[in-house]
Amino acid sequence: MEKFQTLRTTGRPLPLENIDTDQIIPARFLKATTREGFGENLFCDWRYNADGSPKPEFVLNDPRYTGSVLVAGKNFGCGSSREHAAWALYDAGFRAVISSYFADIFRGNALNTGLLPLQVSDEVLARLLAAIEADPQLELAVDLPSQTLAVPAWSETFSFAIDGYKKECLINGYDDIDFLVNQKSAIEAFEKQRAWTW
Amino acid sequence: MSRTLFDKIWDAHTVRSVEGLDVVYIDRHLIHEVTSPQAFDELAARNLPLFRPSQILATADHNVPTLHQDQPIREPLSRLQVEKLTENCEKYGIELYGLGHARQGIVHVIGPELGLTQPGMTIVCGDSHTSTHGAFGAVAFGIGTSQVAQVMASQCLLLSRPQRMRISVEGELRPGVTAKDLILYVIAQLGTGGATGHFVEYAGSAVRSLSMEGRMTICNMSIEMGARGGLIAPDATTFAYVEGRPFAPKGAAWHDAVAYWETLYSDADATFETEYTYQAADITPMITYGTNPGMGIPLTGHVPSEVPANEAESFDKSLKYMGFERGESLLGKQIDYVFIGSCTNSRIEDLRAVAAYVQGKQKAGHVEAIIVPGSKQVEQQAIAEGIDKIFAAAGFELREPGCSACLAMNEDKIPAGAYCVATSNRNFEGRQGPGSRTLLASPLVAAITAVQGRIVDITQYLN
Repeated sequence: MEKFQTLRTTGRPLPLENIDTDQIIPARFLKATTREGFGENLFCDWRYNADGSPKPEFVLNDPRYTGSVLVAGKNFGCGSSREHAAWALYDAGFRAVISSYFADIFRGNALNTGLLPLQVSDEVLARLLAAIEADPQLELAVDLPSQTLAVPAWSETFSFAIDGYKKECLINGYDDIDFLVNQKSAIEAFEKQRAWTW
Repeated sequence: MSRTLFDKIWDAHTVRSVEGLDVVYIDRHLIHEVTSPQAFDELAARNLPLFRPSQILATADHNVPTLHQDQPIREPLSRLQVEKLTENCEKYGIELYGLGHARQGIVHVIGPELGLTQPGMTIVCGDSHTSTHGAFGAVAFGIGTSQVAQVMASQCLLLSRPQRMRISVEGELRPGVTAKDLILYVIAQLGTGGATGHFVEYAGSAVRSLSMEGRMTICNMSIEMGARGGLIAPDATTFAYVEGRPFAPKGAAWHDAVAYWETLYSDADATFETEYTYQAADITPMITYGTNPGMGIPLTGHVPSEVPANEAESFDKSLKYMGFERGESLLGKQIDYVFIGSCTNSRIEDLRAVAAYVQGKQKAGHVEAIIVPGSKQVEQQAIAEGIDKIFAAAGFELREPGCSACLAMNEDKIPAGAYCVATSNRNFEGRQGPGSRTLLASPLVAAITAVQGRIVDITQYLN
């Protein structure tokens, strides 16, 4: 996993609520057996017409928006557990998603992919969405070690919550799998002391 | 100290706790062709062995065809994915109930029917509907592919303990109201993110009186309100279902198991962060009108006319996609397809309910009605009971098992613009194929809709 420390970029606004993982990456694209290449089908049915031509009104086809942060409505990533949704966002160049609420499985998958799920209040989200739509060049500065999102144009900084362990993993590019494999002796001891006979 | 059912199971599986996170031991790991290949690759890339192959069971379900399963899969990418699963299972010594196997089927149907799913267990799968297994009093939940690799490497996951929610439904369900209506009703009350961060225990007399199939339908849809999972305390109904199944404990071990399982309930004064109570008598047959499972109404109800201003854009986009208007009734709307299947409603009890209604009747001429059994065993049971002939006579097509048109990874797709009443779990845009319009409902509502050809108040049509 790539390390994540700081990010200075612009945002791409997608002001819809309850964006589910079937929209992020439709099931028909889950037939790949590797992690790469999902980005080209990210938001496929919102992004392209049936003939493959881009829908100009969709944010990813709007040349005014170029940043690596997606700013999306409440309850982002609900539905299926497909980690392919996080892979698709990452593959398309996104490094963080800002929303006021994330579905649990998506949040975990994003953290395991190196994509930062950055939760702000409903009020801050609404302000960000409006401001980015008014000025697509509005700069956003994410600082993971200090857990802050700054909007320099506003001279304002917002702090965000993240689990301490997952923060260290992201900063250092560590995966849970490294940690768990190192627990082998404790896991084997646990298996031996279990009372189950069946 | 008083504990909830969830906490009793979680505590019994906590290997150790580190910085507020728990290393949670996993008893059963179910895998399928779609979310496992990258996990196997990760093991190989790190040169890690598979830690406990005997605790994994594999099946092919998500993208398999539901016709001609005896022949090679025609779609090349689907075939490759299924072949990859077979190769990986051979390489790592994992039991595989693949295509053509007498025990093949949807992963959340075969676990329970084989007795692999038992009370008190922790069960995971790279699929969000793993919550289904919670019907047995297990802590079961969906995981991403990175976590699939973690369980393969260590039989554990590093997790934060979710909050607890209890949803009680009291009283007796009305005629024509099923477990599916109950859960669609609850999700409509809480909304699609209403239980995020929580593990839900379903309780109350209406829940306790349900069969295991009904309980599975309820726990299955826990994720549709954002919950990490859902579970129901095991009881005599649970034990009777598990007993005698191939992987169930036998002899003395069975008695030891039941003695332990009988301790699995929430203590009387256990604390839940959130509690809701509903009355069964308030629930009527349900249907969804929008593009998430929280957008449900009684069949005889109306699409909401007012929504909060901040939700209006999403709400109207959803109605536009579905071709519905604010405030309108769905009664009388013509339906093009009926899909009976998925891990929510494809068990023998579901097929029996459909057969009992359609026997001696005929589907409407313009409706295409397909029934996809949840497993090979369900299919064989339906044939043994003669249900297949009832379906054929009524114009319903009985397919072979798989996830099918629930997520339309295989050829079973609903065309753009067409309306489908489905017994599955998600009505997201394009879920059943690009442009498809899904209305979620119970098997009974689906059967009656197929015969009438339009949305009706089913209470006027019960046998």
